[in-house]
Amino acid sequence: MSRRRISLRQELPLLVWLVIVWGALWQDFSPGNLLFGTLLAVAVARLFYLPPVELSGRFNILYAVPFALVFLAKVVVASAQVLYLAVMRGPQVKNAVVAVTLRSHQDLLVTATGHVISLIPGSLVVEVDRSTSTLYLHALNISSAEDVDNLRAEVRSIEAGLIRIMGTREEVDAVRTEAAA
Amino acid sequence: MSPDPTGLDFWIDLFSAVFMVVGAVMSLGAAIGLLRFPDLLSRMHAATKPQVLGLFLLLAAIGLQMRTWWVWPVLVVAWIFQLLTVPVSAHMVGRAGYRTKHLHRELLTADELEAVVQKAAAKTAREDSSGDGQLH
Repeated sequence: MSRRRISLRQELPLLVWLVIVWGALWQDFSPGNLLFGTLLAVAVARLFYLPPVELSGRFNILYAVPFALVFLAKVVVASAQVLYLAVMRGPQVKNAVVAVTLRSHQDLLVTATGHVISLIPGSLVVEVDRSTSTLYLHALNISSAEDVDNLRAEVRSIEAGLIRIMGTREEVDAVRTEAAA
Repeated sequence: MSPDPTGLDFWIDLFSAVFMVVGAVMSLGAAIGLLRFPDLLSRMHAATKPQVLGLFLLLAAIGLQMRTWWVWPVLVVAWIFQLLTVPVSAHMVGRAGYRTKHLHRELLTADELEAVVQKAAAKTAREDSSGDGQLH
């Protein structure tokens, strides 16, 4: 597999993250330590480079902060729900495997959506079809076709939220027109 | 250490106590779920969700009790790695579990993946029998 080199701008988020991890692990954010961390980050990114993550080049912090807060709240709800189901329903719990087709075909967005829905109430990614960007979810406590539709709508709205944060222009426009319709 | 309801220490201790108890309850919930849920896929829900929150609360309690700012970045990094790795491991276990049929089909109200997997299996079988099949 041949890999084209990616630009520094695309690699920058990865390098910044590596330096933050380095500083956090040493619990030392002094300039000297950060400089050494930067050298190591560049060396690691050059020597062991992974397939480049294709960023869209935009990141909307105004959508990201509310999304993060809602996500945290949903993690709490998810835990409470699983706790309740484990104690009250246990062996009788009804499940479903649901296919959800996403709008975006970017690996980053499909992965991010998969991660978020694995952590929010009731769903877990079982299988990913990359060519059609379809996620197959295992959902807890689904007993009717209506529940399946609700879950599908929820996943699509999470994807819309992520597209607003870091999708490409075209995807954002598609989400906007869909929301207006 | 005398409890003084007006002091900052009191509130920090109170919050960390609440966080620790709730975090421990969440981890207990994960354990109950592992025991009570009927099949592998529903157990994976128990293994992922409550313990992510439980870890978050316990890390927050540590951060409050340490009373130094430099411990926060490492706690945040620890939690972010948890957020990144838990769905991946759940996905890998779930995927393997689904394909090796470690699930109770009678408990599923809908299964939109079964047909796809069977189609793929049939295709692989056809390619294998024609000689130069490649496993995907």
